[in-house]
Amino acid sequence: MKQAIKIGFIGGVVEILLSLVGMVEAFSQRDIIANVISMGHTLLFIVAFFMSYLAAKRTPHGTLRVLANSFISGILISGHLVLLVMVGGLINLRKVFINASPMLYNLLTFGMERDTGSLLLLLLGALSGLLGGLFFLAPSMLRRVLLTSLGSVVVAGVLQDLLRPTFALWGPLAVINEWLFTANGLTIQGTIGLTILIASFFLFWSRKGKAIQTGFRRLPPAPQRIIKVTSILILVFILLLLPQVLGLFLSEVFTIVGLYVLLGLGLNIVVGYAGLLDLGYVAFFAIGSYAVAVLTSPELGFFSLSFWEALPFAILFGVISGVLLGIPVLKMRGDYLAIATLGFGEIIRILVLSDFLRPWFGGAQGIGKIPKASIGGFEFTGPQQIYYLILAGCLLVAFVSLRLRDSRLGRAWMALREDEDVAQAMGINLVATKLLAFATGAGFSAISGAIFASKLASVYPHSFNVMISINILCVIIVGGMGSIPGVILGAAALVGLPELLREFAEYRLFVYGAALVAMMLLRPEGLWPEPVHRREFHEEGKEEGLESSP
Amino acid sequence: MNILTLKRWKERVTPTDVIMWFIGGSLLLLIFWGSTATLAAGTYTAHHWFDFVIFGLAQGSIYALIAMGYTMVYGILRMINFAHSEVFMSGPYTAYFIAAAFHSSGFLNQYPIPSLIMIFLVSMATSTLVAVLLERIAYRPLRTAPRLIPLITAIGASFFLQYTFRGLYGSGFQAYPVVKILEGEWVLGEFRILKFQAMVIVAAAILMAALYSFVQRTRVGKAIRAVSEDKETSALMGIDIDRMIVTTFVIGGMAAGAAGVLYALMFKQVHFFMGFIPGIKAFTSAVLGGIGNIPGAMMGGIFLGLVESVGPSLFLDGLGIVAPYQLKDAIAFTMLVLVLIFRPTGILGERLAVKKA
Repeated sequence: MKQAIKIGFIGGVVEILLSLVGMVEAFSQRDIIANVISMGHTLLFIVAFFMSYLAAKRTPHGTLRVLANSFISGILISGHLVLLVMVGGLINLRKVFINASPMLYNLLTFGMERDTGSLLLLLLGALSGLLGGLFFLAPSMLRRVLLTSLGSVVVAGVLQDLLRPTFALWGPLAVINEWLFTANGLTIQGTIGLTILIASFFLFWSRKGKAIQTGFRRLPPAPQRIIKVTSILILVFILLLLPQVLGLFLSEVFTIVGLYVLLGLGLNIVVGYAGLLDLGYVAFFAIGSYAVAVLTSPELGFFSLSFWEALPFAILFGVISGVLLGIPVLKMRGDYLAIATLGFGEIIRILVLSDFLRPWFGGAQGIGKIPKASIGGFEFTGPQQIYYLILAGCLLVAFVSLRLRDSRLGRAWMALREDEDVAQAMGINLVATKLLAFATGAGFSAISGAIFASKLASVYPHSFNVMISINILCVIIVGGMGSIPGVILGAAALVGLPELLREFAEYRLFVYGAALVAMMLLRPEGLWPEPVHRREFHEEGKEEGLESSP
Repeated sequence: MNILTLKRWKERVTPTDVIMWFIGGSLLLLIFWGSTATLAAGTYTAHHWFDFVIFGLAQGSIYALIAMGYTMVYGILRMINFAHSEVFMSGPYTAYFIAAAFHSSGFLNQYPIPSLIMIFLVSMATSTLVAVLLERIAYRPLRTAPRLIPLITAIGASFFLQYTFRGLYGSGFQAYPVVKILEGEWVLGEFRILKFQAMVIVAAAILMAALYSFVQRTRVGKAIRAVSEDKETSALMGIDIDRMIVTTFVIGGMAAGAAGVLYALMFKQVHFFMGFIPGIKAFTSAVLGGIGNIPGAMMGGIFLGLVESVGPSLFLDGLGIVAPYQLKDAIAFTMLVLVLIFRPTGILGERLAVKKA
């Protein structure tokens, strides 16, 4: 009971916050299911549902008690919203909270009179609470089926603006559009169809999936390998085909994700392998970009090399600056290192921005007219072509870092990460190992920067601020430190998803921040951790558990 | 010096040391050269230098106040509280609405002292609330997690808070009302001093003295210091660790909230992104002074403020660099790198040097 009230209170505060931040109102312009439920209401419902589920979960026993608790928390949550509507009716909250508009109150009361609407809101809150409780009581199989199928309906609804044009590219398959979507939201038959489709697929996989997996394991090694190789080949084939299938916008998103994968793989060596916390990583990205810009752009008129001639220089400058940064910070550890590298990154940005170096780097206006890269007449112009350049870079860098990880140097890095003093005692040359980590990471970043410069055809100092370094760090930690597939997944989640949801740009970083916190609280080892790391996290947890219970 | 010690000394010096000294030495030479050139050229009068110093002191004491939060949290939890810049922002942004209301009703200029006190209290309360919530929701479950996890959480919380306040209060710049008694200047002999700058310096000094003596003199302060020294032992001594950590966040939040109002009064505007740059500068100050060390943070902040305001004209003008003021941040960060080269643990950070920072 106490728990239910507490959870209801927290949920209510969350819903008020979501309303006042303006998310509910902004999301209400989009329907998940046409003329049935809007995204804003879905958001409120999901919060109420989830919190009541939590309340049910925290209830010790008894079906009735579970339902009572989830009911209470549901009604409390919507009670907060009713309170907001009432207070908003009495005083003008808009003087402080700009989003406390009449439109919001209208939405919260479903466009009805204030009193009847509030009553309905309370009832619906109680209903979603009860649903949360029932969901908790349902058998786990049903729970998972419902979660995946309804989840995919929500995803399809949220991404509708993206899916529609993509389907439209597919010739005969474009019929899907008419069946599934209206101009705003899913159709009703589409919703039902999608739910049934996903649910049956999920049921099939959970019945048969295990059998397929064990069947694969039972095969002798030779065919297993053939299957693996063919699946990798198919994957590469799909990757090659993607930009043609997905159209311009999605290809653009893929190129951005690809650039972050490149950067992430580089930083992964510095932070993930060698454990050196580098917050100024964007500096090398900038150096790579500016090297290509200065060497190729006719605007400055110093040189006019082609992209491919400039690329080695870009990498070289990146590596040299990596070593130059590495030397002064060799003796620093942990957070001192972090702040010194952050300072270094800022120094680079401020220098290229300044009027003092303007003749060389173009100052605040940057450098334009950077020629595109081309191979034998094939020019990497738009995102659909640059994609291949980036894909090649990613594959190369992923391969190199995979081989480095398993090399003597890679093991030295990991020893360094675990314990510097012990590593030194084991005869690892700290200076050389650290500098190599900085240099390799910087080289990868410079490659990424070079491609970035040729992609945009211009460079500006403002593209290289601290936020990029921080974003890359988040990518590798959310993906799972030291793990290459983790970096790719992290970049897709932290860079790709927000790009896809551009139309909600105002709330992108709001959700991003909340997701980052939630992720670190619930799954600190990352989305796709290295096996060793995962074990570490779980062992630590176990040991603590033992210590705390004598 | 006999030959044996010389030999030993030779063995201990590595090539990297030599390179570092070379870098540091040449930078120092450059600074010296630039300063003498500037002073010899005499572009700036004593009045200019006095203005630079006062501005630097005002700016620096704001940095110092924010840096206290960073350094105390670092001392007790060994984590960079990246979201502290949002703790700093939340206070003055919320207090803005009080200030604006006071201003439009004329109360602000009729009773300036009580209304300023109100503004400070609201700002400090908001910042403290945000800091405490941050600790409770985001950091407490992560006490035993590896070092990078709380850092990422803090970054996430920072984004979340920025955009929460953006959503709540809007994305535009809000002009902070002008307080009449803080306008104008005092004349001290030959020098003039802007009133609001003097107020910032004095208020910051009082606050710092109060917070410092709280940490040094009271029982709670002693307990906080004990917890940052050794958590387990202080738990055995009967100190409630959770409460001490919350108290640390409260102190940091109060200092940041006060610093926020000073900042808003000095630059006359608030914005949801206003915390970012001062936050990074304050963290730099904390590192400059030796992180985990409260007097160090104060010194670091004031040092950074002075370098930023005096540095561009003093060091760079004489070298014939165009628009040296654009490079003030570069100077600040170069100072940081210099200090870290010669004293890798910051100006006052001896105690932590031994431990793994």
